[in-house]
Amino acid sequence: MSDAPEVRPPVVTPVRVVIAVCLVAPFVAMLWVGSYAKTDPAFIGIPFFYWYQMLWVLISTALTMTAYKLWQRDQRARAALKGGASQ
Amino acid sequence: MKDGVNGVALGVFIFFFVAVTVMGFLAARWRKAENEHSLDEWGLGGRSFGTWVTWFLLGGDLYTAYTFVAVPAAIYAAGAAGFFAVPYTILVYPLIFTFLPRLWSVSHRHGYVTTSDFVRGRFGSKSLSLAVAVTGILATMPYIALQLVGIQAVLDVMGVGGGDSTNWFVKDLPLLIAFGVLAAYTYSSGLRAPALIAFVKDALIYIVIAVAIIYIPIKLGGFDDIFSKAGAAFAQTNPATGKPRGALVPPEAGQWTYATLALGSALALFMYPHSITATLSSRSREVIRRNTTILPLYSLMLGLLALLGFMAIAAGIKVTNGQLAIPQLFENMFPSWFAGVAFAAIGIGALVPAAIMSIAAANLFTRNIYRDFIKPDATPKQEAQVSKIVSLLVKVGALVFVLTMDKTVAINFQLLGGIWILQTFPALVGGLFTRWFHRWALLGGWAVGMIYGTVAAYGVASPTQKHFGGSAKEIPGIGEIGYIGLTAFVMNLVVTVVLTFVLKAVKAPEGVDETAADDYTVDSGDPGVQVELPPATAAESR
Repeated sequence: MSDAPEVRPPVVTPVRVVIAVCLVAPFVAMLWVGSYAKTDPAFIGIPFFYWYQMLWVLISTALTMTAYKLWQRDQRARAALKGGASQ
Repeated sequence: MKDGVNGVALGVFIFFFVAVTVMGFLAARWRKAENEHSLDEWGLGGRSFGTWVTWFLLGGDLYTAYTFVAVPAAIYAAGAAGFFAVPYTILVYPLIFTFLPRLWSVSHRHGYVTTSDFVRGRFGSKSLSLAVAVTGILATMPYIALQLVGIQAVLDVMGVGGGDSTNWFVKDLPLLIAFGVLAAYTYSSGLRAPALIAFVKDALIYIVIAVAIIYIPIKLGGFDDIFSKAGAAFAQTNPATGKPRGALVPPEAGQWTYATLALGSALALFMYPHSITATLSSRSREVIRRNTTILPLYSLMLGLLALLGFMAIAAGIKVTNGQLAIPQLFENMFPSWFAGVAFAAIGIGALVPAAIMSIAAANLFTRNIYRDFIKPDATPKQEAQVSKIVSLLVKVGALVFVLTMDKTVAINFQLLGGIWILQTFPALVGGLFTRWFHRWALLGGWAVGMIYGTVAAYGVASPTQKHFGGSAKEIPGIGEIGYIGLTAFVMNLVVTVVLTFVLKAVKAPEGVDETAADDYTVDSGDPGVQVELPPATAAESR
């Protein structure tokens, strides 16, 4: 959180905003129940309400995976920056 | 609940059960470390599990009898309302992605085994640590109870013991058998047993789900037929309440309940000691993040399994105890031998998490109650011994919940546990990110949440019982029906924040924080990180 104050890149960067959006999106989508509480259109006989939420399992997986990759890159970049500065 | 015993199914079931039990005992030798009598060893499997084992372990405790019995049963009973479990598990992953890696890091720096360890280290407060420990143990019991109910349902459908019998011993026999098996192998092998068995369990479950989700709809004439029959059944009026039995889509009034149940359950899940145990036993913080990206596969399984509730209705299954709906569906639809496989999957699927849960609760007791308050100079061997005994006592506690609560709505067991465990969220997750909260404020907030949650849950009546009949109640000030756990959590948070301002104003002592900022971001291989593994294996984690 508050390590090495001399070479601190900004806390909020565009990449981090994207990561946050990826992580927040499932909450908005799932907690807004009114947006998907309906039966039509059905998919192979399964009402919308059910297949939509199952689809979100896949979407949220993709979003979490994206967040993970971006975070990894972010951390690596910061580690390189820090390592370079301290040597 | 047919009369008589289904011999073939029972035979197959027993075969798998014996195989798993043997594995459980042999597991003690798997990846054995030098110091086998320590708590790290028995309770965390030496903290050496990689992505795959961790995945199975986490999956092992996330997807349990809750998934296979309680959720489909809730759908069977009320339709859409029971499907909240799917958004619940979807919300879990972004949550754990955010805070579990920090917990892993700080725990591996300071040798924390439980959430209470962390809370004590962070806030320098033994009483807060005790509150977290007691809550963890208490909340785990109804969750274990749910597992026992799951095993019982399977045995019941196979004709072992069962509801129709008047003799109490025969009636509760399946429960006692399930309890005995569980107790025996957890006691001997610790966390290694469930970790190893989790492989078998998951393999069985995948097979059963794949078959069930393809074979049963075909036999029932496709999803169109299933949902139209289910819709018709839900539209019928329930004589007990005078309202329709359920709905295919939650009505306007039920949407608050749906969302709060999903959110509350998601927030609660990783507060449970057993989820934390599985997390801390992984080898590096990267393992955790990698895991959160693949765990959602389990959610998909959960969704598919939930649909079995509709299939049970379409297949004309009529049971008074909803928990029996799915086992009965399997018995009616599958040939006997495969029904046996399916029952084994459910049974083992309940056994593994129950074992992990009781181990986790036992760790909590030993570390944070026994060692902190009873015997500070306990040797590692004594600690392991106490843990083993407590793991038995926790199961006895679970048994009490099974015997006193309404078993027909088993999902309430889990929701009741959630009400309690959610109250540790501000101390744990708050503590991982900030030291702003005052320790006494956290304690005050916790107390308010616990009291409100318990009183509110006590006051909920159901058609079958007067108290603890449900987990949703009107939210004060909003007027919609919502999950009690979430309401209590919000109260908890408000009280914590207000008290923190007050305590800071009067300059109440803050307590010593033994952690440093960079403790929260270290990974294995960094200086001071404990990786209890020979270097050859630890190197793989990088």
